[in-house]
Amino acid sequence: MLVSNRNRLDRELDVLIDKCGRQRTALMPILQAVQRKYGFIRNFAMQKIADALSIHPVEVHGVVTFYSFLSEKPRGRFIIRLCRTISCEMAGKDRVAAQLETELGIKFGETTVDKRFTLEWANCMGLCDQGPAMLVNDTHYTRVTPQRVLEILEECRSRLSPHAMQGAEEEHLV
Amino acid sequence: MTDNPKDIKSSDRAPKAQRGQVVQKPDGVDAIGAKITVNIDGQDIKVPMGTTILEAARKFGIRIPTLCHHDDLCVAGVCRVCVVEIEGQRALQASCAYPITSPLKIKTHTPQVRRARRHIIDLLLSKHYGECYTCFRNNNCELQSLAKEYGVDFFRFGHPEKPMYEKDNSSYAVVRDMNKCVLCRRCVRTCIDLQEVGVLEAAHRSSDTRIETFLDKPLSDVVCINCGQCINRCPTGALTANDPTDEVWAAIDDPTKHVTIQTAPSPRAGIGECFGLEPGTPMTFEMNTALRRCGFDKVFDTNFTADLTIIEEGTELLLRLYKALVEKDETVALPQFTSCSPGWVKFMEHFYPEMLPNMSSAKSPQQMFGALIKTFYAEQQGIDPSNIVSVALMPCSAKKFECNRPEMTDSGFKDVDYGLTTREMAKMISEAGIHLPDMPKSDFDAPFGTATGSGVIFGATGGVMEAALRSVIELVCGVRAEDLFEHANIIPVRGFEGTRLVELPIENVGPVPDVFKKLVPNWDWLKGATLKVGVCHGTANAKKVLDDIKNGGEFSKCHFIEFMACPGGCLGGGGQPIPTTPEIRAARAEAIYAEDRSYGVRKSHENPVIWELYEKFLTDGPCGHISHKLLHTQYTARGKYI
Ligand code: SF4
Ligand code: SF4
Ligand code: SF4
Ligand code: FES
Ligand code: FES
Repeated sequence: MLVSNRNRLDRELDVLIDKCGRQRTALMPILQAVQRKYGFIRNFAMQKIADALSIHPVEVHGVVTFYSFLSEKPRGRFIIRLCRTISCEMAGKDRVAAQLETELGIKFGETTVDKRFTLEWANCMGLCDQGPAMLVNDTHYTRVTPQRVLEILEECRSRLSPHAMQGAEEEHLV
Repeated sequence: MTDNPKDIKSSDRAPKAQRGQVVQKPDGVDAIGAKITVNIDGQDIKVPMGTTILEAARKFGIRIPTLCHHDDLCVAGVCRVCVVEIEGQRALQASCAYPITSPLKIKTHTPQVRRARRHIIDLLLSKHYGECYTCFRNNNCELQSLAKEYGVDFFRFGHPEKPMYEKDNSSYAVVRDMNKCVLCRRCVRTCIDLQEVGVLEAAHRSSDTRIETFLDKPLSDVVCINCGQCINRCPTGALTANDPTDEVWAAIDDPTKHVTIQTAPSPRAGIGECFGLEPGTPMTFEMNTALRRCGFDKVFDTNFTADLTIIEEGTELLLRLYKALVEKDETVALPQFTSCSPGWVKFMEHFYPEMLPNMSSAKSPQQMFGALIKTFYAEQQGIDPSNIVSVALMPCSAKKFECNRPEMTDSGFKDVDYGLTTREMAKMISEAGIHLPDMPKSDFDAPFGTATGSGVIFGATGGVMEAALRSVIELVCGVRAEDLFEHANIIPVRGFEGTRLVELPIENVGPVPDVFKKLVPNWDWLKGATLKVGVCHGTANAKKVLDDIKNGGEFSKCHFIEFMACPGGCLGGGGQPIPTTPEIRAARAEAIYAEDRSYGVRKSHENPVIWELYEKFLTDGPCGHISHKLLHTQYTARGKYI
């Protein structure tokens, strides 16, 4: 990491920590904020947060690896999570999954080389009556069909026009 | 739908367990601590309210098996091996984590309990890859004993045939083989709660859960201080010490090598446990014979250099005090910290690098001995030091790291070649076909001979301080330690409280002994002063003391503080026999103090061989030029960020 970027992250973390407080209980809000902003949580950030909350970096690592929505490594700009639990399974999640894999050229658990999409399995998200259910970042989609997959991906790509991409990419570089 | 949670009637649809609950004050809350009667297996038992079922059962001799529970650690309740049936409750309850707050009827071995236990063990084995024959913990493994006890006769849920994880061999001290891990989290609680180092934690979730270091890095790359406390508490062979016995045997078998072994005080007090003896049975002189029979050419007593440490470290302290009090030098770092515990040294290097100037520069007794064996001893005996293999028997896993520090080569060679733990030594002795308790007694070898009682007590927390005080009293005050303390037993520094503070007013001073004449003109500047010393064991307590110093608390007024990385001091070291409990450590301490009492010479500065050494070899005296080259060291500020 470039020193200037690290310093920036350092300063941002200071602000965040001041806002959330220095008790152990502030850990989740801080991690979620970092995840939201950068798409992943750097090991430097984990150590700095641990220090500020007087806990050990390995405990922060434990929390980050525990939650699927927190990540230690950079992932795609769009994280697509498809429900694999029984109702969605019966509603035809396999066809949706196949469509996603073919369209993106990756398997579940992988990220496209251009770092735009990540495919992941999710467990029941409480939309069982409207399956197959799928999450793209924070937006949920229900009754997804292979046809809908194409539209959803198209929508994502359009949000990644070269211009729109710039700011985002920069953030991920930090 | 309404957003106001008050308007949502949870009682309408939700099952009872999920309805909003009002916490009601339990009946007789004022009665906490009062006795309550429970019935375990038909026996009525009276226990204080809040006692766990496990504690209650143990107190009355009812055995409930445990795995994740450990007497030194907080309750975890993760393994469920200790489940029992409570009348009126649908689910089995983990007895180690169930405080008794009302009269219960408990059954510890109903068919349901027995089946659950066996299935739990079967499930643990279904993820446990390991062959008992090749495992260091064979015959001393809690998982193995449970399997036997609960009649596991086949692998109901399968058994892995291939390892799933690579062994982490990177550390000089601790080897991690996660294939054998049963996720009891004892190591996590040891490292985070007991030692407050924070190297290990459970990572990932559910069936992917594993014990990991930060970012899953090799142990050598993280802040592990090598204390080995996690090894001592691991129920299985997942954590072991890095075992160099093959190399040591090879050296013994090589006729061109002269193999010496120095033995620290704590292994003698513990090794008997590996041969089925009660904790606290000293084996000092039997072990000497056994070591010679194993093939070691010379058996030395590390206590000799413990005595030497007292002289060097004590001189350093007096010099620091002289500079601070007489020369008014403000740069002198006080209090001075002891430096004989390598786990503690690495703890400082990682977490308090800014306080490294407070560390005594004296090496640990092990490394002092190493440097002397390949210089003084080699010269005296006419042996080429390159043919000497110097082994150290230690209660400690961090000593393995210490002897591999790159700076520990002041003799021109690696000062100490191998560090063996008590457990590894017991293995070697058994391999040689020796039953230790049957050995005749024999003494240590010349030229270092038998040390003093002060050297022996280095093994217990407070021991270094007691030894130092015995000498300081006599060298400075000119009175006998016995005049101030009965039998020179300085009881206030003994014991197992985490931190201790002791004050010693210096009312009178005596003449300056010859060896110190070069360093200070007289002791008058100490007259009327009060020497304040501290003692602390376990790095969690060390942290408290260091933070107290930083905040200008009581400990910042100390002159000298003894720190030991391991709870109980060396006798509870990471290389000592497994298991370890407060009672076992107390028994070992008793053995050590008994040995001290049995010595004719009990003060380091009365050890005649020490003064011979200063006369013949370290000719410019304590903290002189030669001793600085061979017996002192420097530290590396490592920091905690990786
Ligand atoms: S850890 Fe215990 S059960 Fe596993 S191989 Fe070693 S001795 Fe056997
Ligand atoms: S050796 Fe000590 S510091 Fe290292 S992991 Fe084990 S308990 Fe933690
Ligand atoms: S390494 Fe040992 S102590 Fe740690 S969780 Fe695994 S079995 Fe338990
Ligand atoms: S099963 Fe897919 S949302 Fe519940
Ligand atoms: S010993 Fe009680 S749950 Fe592990």
